[in-house]
Amino acid sequence: MADPWYVVGVLAVVLVITLALRAVPFAVLEPLAESRFVRAMAAWMPAGILLVLAAVTFRSSASAGHLLHAAVAAAVTAAVHLTCGRRTLLSVGAGTLVFVGLVNLP
Amino acid sequence: MTPEHASRRAEIAAGVQASLAAGLGMYPLGVAFGLLVVQAGLPWWMAPALSLAAFAGSLELLLVGLIAAATPVATIALATLVVNFRHVFYAFSFPLRVVRHPLARAYSVYALIDEAYAMTAVRPHGWTSWRLLAMQVSFQVYWVGGGLTGVALATALPGPIEGLEFALCALFITLTLDAARTRAQVPSLLLAGLAFSLAVVAFPDTALLAAMLLFVGALVLRFLLGRARG
Repeated sequence: MADPWYVVGVLAVVLVITLALRAVPFAVLEPLAESRFVRAMAAWMPAGILLVLAAVTFRSSASAGHLLHAAVAAAVTAAVHLTCGRRTLLSVGAGTLVFVGLVNLP
Repeated sequence: MTPEHASRRAEIAAGVQASLAAGLGMYPLGVAFGLLVVQAGLPWWMAPALSLAAFAGSLELLLVGLIAAATPVATIALATLVVNFRHVFYAFSFPLRVVRHPLARAYSVYALIDEAYAMTAVRPHGWTSWRLLAMQVSFQVYWVGGGLTGVALATALPGPIEGLEFALCALFITLTLDAARTRAQVPSLLLAGLAFSLAVVAFPDTALLAAMLLFVGALVLRFLLGRARG
């Protein structure tokens, strides 16, 4: 294991950068909250960012030869969500169960 | 119990409940992270230490390998900047305004992970300070707890159940479906789909960041074009 100062340095650098990336935008945007640009971005961004997050996590689950398994599980998740009253926990549970089942099939 | 206490309890309960679906994915991913820390030859306490310093799953998984290889701190700083840069966009709609206490605000910003943003992005209204913080603290408990479980498992069991991390993908699918209920969201979804496809082809190793930058760039363009047209 590397020397403790290296580890402390890494942890400090990671903490400061992560915190700054999360905090600085609030300070910058707060005075602009009423601007048309900020309001437009606040309205447009969430759906697209959620789609990107869904796509990226799908891609990582589908890697290592699990594309078909992930596609089936994603379809089950969406189907349960749309037909069973949009209960997130139920939809996520059903999709995850299907994926775990398919991946661990002998 | 005073009415104030009762409503606080109800808000905390609502926050914990809002955290459960994401927790289903975060906890097993935390276990995988803990296993990785031990397998990479790092001391066990690096799992909770990284989860407190970074509190960002994908970055932590990457850091394990970088630290084990004794990568220079400057390189690690650059990797952190690139991998976590997407968080700068979350301030556009995260309901931080409901949190009043300075310390609570600081924690809420510190714990603004993808999952916290995602939950509030779909339901932008109705958040209170207690509900939001209870959800974020729950997330960190799942993540740190998962990491510690992974560290313990690494020395005991053959391995955790494969595939549980799909819960995060399932969560983001349901949240996308919830966010996309009106036709007004169609342009954003199309632009995001396009951005992701381009990112996977052009920047396969940094697809998440590239997709978000392309998507936000497209939205800025959309705003400017809309304004030019009046």
